[in-house]
Amino acid sequence: MIAAVLVLVEHAGGKAADPSLQTLTLARSFGSPVHALVVGAAVDLSAHGVAVTHVPQDEALDSFAPDAWAAILGELAGRLDAGAIFAAGTERGNEVMARVAARSNLPLATNCIAVSAGDPVTLTRQRWGGSLLEEARMYTPRPLITVAPHTIPIEPATREAKVERFTPQLKEQELVVRVVEHVAAAGGGVSLAEAKVVVSGGRGVGSKEGFAIIEELAALLGGAVGCSRVVTSAGWRPHSDQVGQTGTKISPDLYIAAGISGATQHMAGCKGAKRILAINADPEAPIMQNADYAVVGDLKEIVPAISAEVRKLK
Amino acid sequence: MKVLVCVKRVPFTGGKMVLAEDSMSLETRHLGFTISPHEECGVEEAVRLIEANGGESVVLTLGPPAAVEQLRDAMAIGIDRAIHLQTDGAEWDPEATAAAIVEAVGADESASGPFDLVFFGNESADSGGFQVGLRVAFALARPCVTGLKGVRAEGASVRCEQEADGGRDVYVVPLPAVLTVKEGLNLPRYPSVPGRLRAGRKPVAVSTPARPAARLELVKLVVPAGQGRRAEVLGNGPSAAPAVVEMMRKIGVL
Repeated sequence: MIAAVLVLVEHAGGKAADPSLQTLTLARSFGSPVHALVVGAAVDLSAHGVAVTHVPQDEALDSFAPDAWAAILGELAGRLDAGAIFAAGTERGNEVMARVAARSNLPLATNCIAVSAGDPVTLTRQRWGGSLLEEARMYTPRPLITVAPHTIPIEPATREAKVERFTPQLKEQELVVRVVEHVAAAGGGVSLAEAKVVVSGGRGVGSKEGFAIIEELAALLGGAVGCSRVVTSAGWRPHSDQVGQTGTKISPDLYIAAGISGATQHMAGCKGAKRILAINADPEAPIMQNADYAVVGDLKEIVPAISAEVRKLK
Repeated sequence: MKVLVCVKRVPFTGGKMVLAEDSMSLETRHLGFTISPHEECGVEEAVRLIEANGGESVVLTLGPPAAVEQLRDAMAIGIDRAIHLQTDGAEWDPEATAAAIVEAVGADESASGPFDLVFFGNESADSGGFQVGLRVAFALARPCVTGLKGVRAEGASVRCEQEADGGRDVYVVPLPAVLTVKEGLNLPRYPSVPGRLRAGRKPVAVSTPARPAARLELVKLVVPAGQGRRAEVLGNGPSAAPAVVEMMRKIGVL
C-alpha cells in the first residue's frame, strides 16, 4: 500500500458530491490513510474512510480560484508526503488537477475507471467521452489521477475523521484567475441535464421548424428538448440543447431519440439514460444497438401520433 | 492583436469504434478527419477577434503530415498562417505535446512578437486529457481560464464566461492569456470556395520535433462492452403510438 493518499473533495449544499465519494472509494483501494482536502466548508466524510479532512481558511477562497486550489493541493501533498493525489473527473476536478500537474511537472491521468498502485502505475481511462477505453502505464513518483464520474460504485467505510483547519500561504499570481461574478441562468423550462424525459431530434427532423413536433411531445411529457450535434452545427437549435460528448450529458428515465443515427459523439451524452426509445426510418441505424425500444418509420408521422395518444390520457 | 489557436486532427468516428489490428489506434481507413469540436470554436473565435481588432491569427497543430488538411480548413475560414509540428503519427502524451507547443510558441514570438491570446479546446475529442492548454499556460507564466462559452476582449484584459451551477461564472484576466474553450462558444462558419482557394496559398511552417519518452504511456485501446441492448421494436409507423404510450406507462414516465 502507498502511504497517505490525498483526495480533493468537491461539495454542494453541505454534502460531498457523489463523484468525489466515488473517487474516495477508488482512492482507499490505492493507499492508506486517506486525507481529504475540502475548500469552503468542512463536510462530514466519516462514512467514507477519510482519516483527516483538511480545510484551508482564507477569505480569498470565497470565490473559486483554480490556481489557488492547485497550489494548496500541491503544498498539502508535499507536507503529507502523499503517495498519490486523486480528484473526481469533473470540470473542476480535471481543471485543478491539470494545474497541479503543470506546477509539479508530473504526468496526470484523467477520467480513470481503474487504477493499480505500482511502478509504473497501471490504469484504465476513458477516451472519446467513454466510448473507448485506454489501458495505460504512468511513470511517476506521485500519481495524479482523476476518476471518471459514475463509473465506480460508492462503498461506505466508517472511520473517525479528524478535521484540520489551516491557513494557506497564497501568492498574488495564484489569485489572478478567479471568479469575479456569477450570472444566473435565465431560467424557465426543464433543465436538460435534470429532466426525467428528454425528447431529441436529429438530422431526420429536417429543419428548424421541424422541431415543433419534438417540442410538443416534450411539453406533453413534462420533459426537455434535446438534439444531436448535426442540429446545432446547422443552427436549428442552440448549443445548450445538444446532447453529446461536446454537449450536455443527460440521465433521464426515458430518452426519445427521433431521427438520430446514434454516432458515438451522441451516445457519449445519453448513455446515462435508463431507457432509450429510438424513432428512425433506418432499422439498421447504429442507435438500434444502443436503444431499448424502437419504432421504425417516418418521425414526422410517428411523433405527432405519440403526442395524440398521450393527449388522450389527459 | 496576435492570436494563436491550437488544434488536433481527430477522426469522425461515426456509429462505432473499430480498432486497428495492433489495438494502438482506431481503424481510420474508412473515416474522414476533422478538428476536435471544441477547437473548431477556438478557430472561429480567433478569426472573429482579428476581424474585429485587426492583427494576425495563427493555427498550430502537432500531428502527422496529413494534419495539414486541418490547418488548411482553419485557414479557409480566415486564419492567416499555420505552424505544423510534424509527427510520424505515433501518439504524443500530454506533457510532450505541451512542451513542443511551448517551444514553438517561443520561437514564433521571438520572430514576430507575442501572442495576446492562445486558444485551446477544453479537451481533445479523442484522448480527452484536459491538460495541454493548462500546461502550456503554466510554462509561459500566463493566466489560463478553462471551459469557456463566452470570450470578450476588453482592452488589456479578457472577460471569460464558463458554465457553472446552472448559470455562468465570469473571470476577467489580463493579456496575454491562454484560454480553453468549449463547443457552443460560437457557431463556426463553413469555409467558402474563395476561402478554400486562399487557404491553399497561405504559409505553413513545418518542423519535426523529437518525441520524448511518454510518462503516460498507451498500452492498448479497448472497445468497452456494449450495453448489449438490441432494441425491442414496438411497431412500424404511426400505428406504433399506442404501444409507445403503453411502454411509457409501464416504466412510469406517464
